[in-house]
Amino acid sequence: MKALVCVKRVIDYNVRIRVKSDKSGVEKDNVKMSMNPFDEIAVEEAVRLKEKGTLTEIVVLSIGTESSQETIRTGLAMGGDRGILVKSSDEDIDPLNVGKIIKNICDKENPDLIILGKQAIDDDCNQTGQILATLLKYPQATFASKVEKNNDNTLNVTREVDGGLETIKVKIPCVITTDLRLNEPRYASLPNIMKAKQKKIDILDINELSLDLKKRVEILEVNDPPERKPGIVVPDIDSLVDKLKNEAKIL
Amino acid sequence: MKTLVIVEHNNDSIKQTTYSTVTAASKISEDVYALILGHNLDTAVDELKKCDHLKKIYLVDKEILSKPIAENFCDEIVKFLKDKDFTHVFTPSSTFGKNLSPKIATELDVQQISDIINIIDDNTFERPIYAGNAIAKVKSNDSIKVVTVRSTCFEPCKLDSQVEVENMSSELSKNELVNFVNYDESKSDRPELTSAKIIISGGRGLQNGENFKLLEGIADKLGAAMGASRAAVDAGFVPNDWQVGQTGKIVAPDLYIAVGISGAIQHIAGIKDSKFIVCINKDEEAPIFKFSDFGLVADLFEALPVLEKKLQ
Ligand SMILES: Cc1cc2nc3c(=O)[nH]c(=O)nc-3n(C[C@H](O)[C@H](O)[C@H](O)COP(=O)(O)OP(=O)(O)OC[C@H]3O[C@@H](n4cnc5c(N)ncnc54)[C@H](O)[C@@H]3O)c2cc1C
Repeated sequence: MKALVCVKRVIDYNVRIRVKSDKSGVEKDNVKMSMNPFDEIAVEEAVRLKEKGTLTEIVVLSIGTESSQETIRTGLAMGGDRGILVKSSDEDIDPLNVGKIIKNICDKENPDLIILGKQAIDDDCNQTGQILATLLKYPQATFASKVEKNNDNTLNVTREVDGGLETIKVKIPCVITTDLRLNEPRYASLPNIMKAKQKKIDILDINELSLDLKKRVEILEVNDPPERKPGIVVPDIDSLVDKLKNEAKIL
Repeated sequence: MKTLVIVEHNNDSIKQTTYSTVTAASKISEDVYALILGHNLDTAVDELKKCDHLKKIYLVDKEILSKPIAENFCDEIVKFLKDKDFTHVFTPSSTFGKNLSPKIATELDVQQISDIINIIDDNTFERPIYAGNAIAKVKSNDSIKVVTVRSTCFEPCKLDSQVEVENMSSELSKNELVNFVNYDESKSDRPELTSAKIIISGGRGLQNGENFKLLEGIADKLGAAMGASRAAVDAGFVPNDWQVGQTGKIVAPDLYIAVGISGAIQHIAGIKDSKFIVCINKDEEAPIFKFSDFGLVADLFEALPVLEKKLQ
């Protein structure tokens, strides 16, 4: 079985986000970039499935600028076998179009599993996996916290949903999106980082795919969120309870 | 302009998220309709009928819809939409909506807009990006706007109407590629996190699940819901659906009490819209103090029993 894992290069989750003064977006110059944390979990899950013998090949796909090769290399150092970069100068591609690009790659690669992070921590959209599953007409198992292969070409996937945990059984081929508790991604070892440099990354230009990728949603402006007014430190519990009673009028 | 609200429920009762989504829909136009899919929906529909703003409720009652499998729901909804003239389809931005709504949009070949917090006009919306550290104003150029709604940003609609219900027939056949296996509900007598007026949450500082008892007594007295940071959930102190934050639940109570939580941006993303934030933390440098209206520098193991007593 073969897996396609989709990874996105995003501003590292530890970086303080600054909105540009012209409101066109957020500052990305000289800012640390990393693999979207949910995608790391996706790569890790694929690598574990390969270690268990469920998978035989892991292809790591990214859509983005030339720099996204680094993100693919990270995936290869964690255990991916080869990479595909769909090169695009536009960094804000609508998720629907991202889904169409990934589908195009799936049509050529025919993966059995497509594993993606449940959301990217830049646009926080949480939809690419669902879009892809719909385009491919494959079943989707979103927000996965446990993935188990059955003997009959199905997977049992436990999903983190509001109110608890839901388990569904999906036929392979299928699309999985990862939640935080699925696994803890490994750090790539130095020898594996070196080995990853030899692994192959195919580079395709987005325009070669001849897809209709017209923009559906325009970002008119990006603003700072409303600020909370500064609060105070109270000396003890009595004054805390007093504030809640008399200022907040809650208790 | 005509909006369809996809109803979130558990077959017995309507989720609060639906009522907020109805309010959001009413900001587009007065033409708001609801579609409820499920099985044995009598009591749920009785509740839903009371919703203000609704012109009509469409009801599909079918056994294969008793579990919210996105593939089945999506097929039914897309068939339903075919001969109608809806311009907007609104779903709550819960795990139910996030799982389903992008599929509906894809079938219609439109770009879904996730998690809106404000409606500027019928095609322009505001939504948080980067864990709420920036707010994007986005405009959809699609013919139908398929949107998920952050329920904490819209008041629930009033419930004093009597709305007409239309039973829809359905020829839906089950999607054979996916089967429901099991739902492990984490049961609680406390209010739901996303609609609670008061929430008390614990973090890694609580050290283990047993110590969450220290929060329970206070939650009982305040009628509060209980939540947690990701660190507390990952460590297995409490169930996963207690997680508050960017990737957990987004909450907006009147009062949020954070105990032994440092205030990472991903946690703050889920609590920023609370009216009052209180923290108890022994480290005065913890970022949570910057976001708290009232902060107490204290060891939680000493402070909590005192607080519980003072609330008597
Ligand atoms: C992609 C991604 C998504 C994430 N999503 C979320 C999310 O949705 N929600 C979320 O919460 N986190 C999320 N996180 C994790 C987040 O970055 C933090 O790691 C997490 O919130 C820390 O939890 P904490 O505050 O409980 O633990 P810590 O940061 O370890 O803080 C513990 C606090 O307890 C205090 N403390 C310890 N002992 C005591 C005592 N005896 N008395 C008083 N205070 C004490 C300490 O001073 C400290 O401030 C996410 C991270 C990533 C990368």
